[in-house]
Amino acid sequence: MSVCTLRIDNRDVAIAAGASVLEAARAAGAAIPTLCHLDGLSPVAACRLCLVELEGSDKLQAACVTAVADGMQVRTDSPRLREIRRSVIELLFTEGNHVCAICVANGHCELQDLAVTVGMDHSRLPYRFPDRHVDLSHPLFGLDHNRCILCSRCVRVCDEVEGAHVWDIGWRGEHCRIIAGLDEPWEAVNACTHCGKCVEVCPTGALFHKADTSEEKQGHPERLQALVHARNHQQWQP
Amino acid sequence: MPEPYPELQPVLQRHGYRPDGLIEVLNRAQELHGHLSPPLLRHIARQLKLPLSRVQGTASFYHLFRFQPPARHCCLVCTGTACHVLGAAALLAALEHEPLQERGIELGSVRCIGTCSGAPLVVVDGQVWNHQSAAGVLDGLRSLDP
Amino acid sequence: MSGACLRICTAASCRSRGAETLRQRCSALLESANSASATQGVAGRDVTVKGVGCLGPCSEGPLLAVDAAAGGSRLFSLGTNGQAGSAAVIEAAIKAVAADLHTAVADGDGSAVAQWSPPHSRELPADDPFLALQLRRVLAQCGRIDPAEIADALAAGAYRQLQAVLQRNDPAGVIELVRRSGLRGRGGAGYPTGLKWATVAAMPGGEKVVVCNADEGDPGAFMDRTVLEGDPHTLLEGMAIAAHAVGADRGFIYVRAEYPLAIERLRIAIAQAEQHGWLGTAIAGSDFSFHVELRVGAGAYVCGEETALIHSIEGRRGVPRPRPPYPAQRGVFGLPTLINNVETFANIPALLRLGPEAYAPGTKVFSLTGQVRRSGVLEVPMGTPLRTIVETMGGGAPAGRRIKAVQTGGPSGGCVPASALDTPVDYESLQALGTIMGSGGMVVLDDTTNMVDIAAFFMAFSREESCGKCIPCRSGTVQLEMLLRKLLSRQASELDLAQLERLCPVVSEASLCGLGQSAPRPVLSTLRHFRGDYLALLEPTPAAPPQEQNP
Repeated sequence: MSVCTLRIDNRDVAIAAGASVLEAARAAGAAIPTLCHLDGLSPVAACRLCLVELEGSDKLQAACVTAVADGMQVRTDSPRLREIRRSVIELLFTEGNHVCAICVANGHCELQDLAVTVGMDHSRLPYRFPDRHVDLSHPLFGLDHNRCILCSRCVRVCDEVEGAHVWDIGWRGEHCRIIAGLDEPWEAVNACTHCGKCVEVCPTGALFHKADTSEEKQGHPERLQALVHARNHQQWQP
Repeated sequence: MPEPYPELQPVLQRHGYRPDGLIEVLNRAQELHGHLSPPLLRHIARQLKLPLSRVQGTASFYHLFRFQPPARHCCLVCTGTACHVLGAAALLAALEHEPLQERGIELGSVRCIGTCSGAPLVVVDGQVWNHQSAAGVLDGLRSLDP
Repeated sequence: MSGACLRICTAASCRSRGAETLRQRCSALLESANSASATQGVAGRDVTVKGVGCLGPCSEGPLLAVDAAAGGSRLFSLGTNGQAGSAAVIEAAIKAVAADLHTAVADGDGSAVAQWSPPHSRELPADDPFLALQLRRVLAQCGRIDPAEIADALAAGAYRQLQAVLQRNDPAGVIELVRRSGLRGRGGAGYPTGLKWATVAAMPGGEKVVVCNADEGDPGAFMDRTVLEGDPHTLLEGMAIAAHAVGADRGFIYVRAEYPLAIERLRIAIAQAEQHGWLGTAIAGSDFSFHVELRVGAGAYVCGEETALIHSIEGRRGVPRPRPPYPAQRGVFGLPTLINNVETFANIPALLRLGPEAYAPGTKVFSLTGQVRRSGVLEVPMGTPLRTIVETMGGGAPAGRRIKAVQTGGPSGGCVPASALDTPVDYESLQALGTIMGSGGMVVLDDTTNMVDIAAFFMAFSREESCGKCIPCRSGTVQLEMLLRKLLSRQASELDLAQLERLCPVVSEASLCGLGQSAPRPVLSTLRHFRGDYLALLEPTPAAPPQEQNP
């Protein structure tokens, strides 16, 4: 396997060719924020938090989908990137109804953590207070669209790992929302295996166990990653 | 039991029942049935071997697919650039205040049909009416079959 | 030699003014006159009527051209010129024209028709700047041939360049000619066409795809519609030449559903080209095969973005994906794919006929609309000054008004102020002004226009057409439009203006695809050239502190 050497934030990094800049940066200890990305699922480059600067190019690139190249020079932090990351978090907060104090994921929420990381203590843009719904039709789980940031992790895990494709993204633009089946109540979709993987990978409190009350929801992406690793390497015993 | 929606067989066959024919099949289905009802969407999903949410997600992405039956008549105000600078917004606003729905006319808008020399224009049941005013459109709409 | 041909424009714009009814009446009338003259043994059958594509100045439509077989052609406007043409008015005008034509035909001789002028019409002289300053290459046969009759197109030279290309059988040579011509993509981005072709040609693998992007979505743009409705065979020939050059045997034309006539004409043209052996298997006796399928959109502007277009052809949500991989590497069904727009392909036959040196610098087709006296489709040499197009050819602003700006490039473009009208229209000059050439939509704005309203109009468009995948575009366009509406309702402060200027670069730098990346351009361009319009909307009272809310 060939190896690429590149420079990330003035540190030399050597990594297998074919790796992403995000993997290389994390191997080098550079903290690039991510939200839609999850190890084990295909990358979609939708949240734009992992944008980085590449030497010789004016255009920012999403680290999760950019392959490393020999001699590449990457900058993962700059005033420009900090402004974009904070704005992205503001845009996410203002487009939904994120009330941390009463949320099941309070204290374990990736969106909340990122708000702290990027230093967003208030939004410079007005909140939009959209009218969104909550689907409590499923016997075990709930979906609160108010807290959904459309990262599509649930769509991908259900399609790529569980193979059920209960979820998809419906509609368009500001009207996008996660849909089950023919935009039906979750419980009405026979394809659902009740596996709960969507709940485990959801970064916010949008998908949750019905038994959870505020602050009780914990995501479990590591379970997905263990499963994907076992499948990829045919190693079923830990 | 006979296969439902036999009229869709030709378009399904033309695309070899492959998923990439989905939008073509949806277009034809809507042409034949006026709108995409849940049973129709279920049938298409089954025929193309696609998850329901994938069919719904795709159909709902495109503006022209509709999930409710259309009204008897349709009046689309063009809101393209040329129509906009020649008063389309005011025209649309004026028509929105009219009780068109009661008369079986659905009011909507379209982003440019590419015949801008007639701006501002409306499209009524597929026919283009050029250089329109609110009064003119209302006058024309009155002559439609109730 | 006597005789005459009446060419009636039946493209969408004239059609909306009753041109198709007019053509049917005239055809029926001549048919009966011909059969009558046949029984009486009198001349008269040498008059023909045909429906043709766009003749140019759509605002003067319906347009009718009278060709004398002896030579010479006269163009007539039957237009009501800006009046709301009610069905009754149109019907009366058509009746009058048909009746008068009947009298002319009754004289029994085609030469009478060759001299005929329709009643209540206005002749547009050949030296009219709108006509005289054009250089019609892409549109050479548009308005001359009957687009539904391949025989007409073949008689005018269609598919001759394809035949020559197949005889020479030198794909690399063709790509080299395209490269030397300097042709750049006419869809907006201006990527060198030869380079694009060479990239696809160099990709390994036997299966490749050629896609024609006919999803002309910019509001106020209808150049591609004109080609599709008026001369679809030029497009098909260009696509086939491209397919041969890059080694593809499969093609798609993705056309927007809002163009029903273009779709109908394309279906007819593809079927006729297959019947005549110019598409399909073993074209013109060679071993080259090329099968073209039509894919009709369903109302999604973003599908003009090439990765979204690929997804839509595959029957998916028209959502863009990051590049690389570029379509040349991984396109439709994962195959190397060449995507060009209609006008780019339609340039190819003319380019090969003239040779790259005589062809350069090429032409550009524009659709001229908005607050301008004469609107329609025109093709001019690349580099023609903007002033020539909007003032000399278009006649400038309506009486008593002045041009304030010209909007180019649609929702991805910007506004050129009147002070810069002497700018030559080419890719670089427009970019230097903060706008883009775009696909060729040109909307004239007069001095009654508030540029903030124009910026809000385009931002609303981008918001509606955002696919919703990436957050800067999905939510950023909403916030930008809210700020613009706040300005327009005179509720905004200087802080809001600062917020607008801060958020624009975030949306353009952070968005995933071209739609989001260029959505702020109408705002930035109007801020640059018309800042006064923004400042005039700021409230006179001292600014209130911004609303701060905690998450």
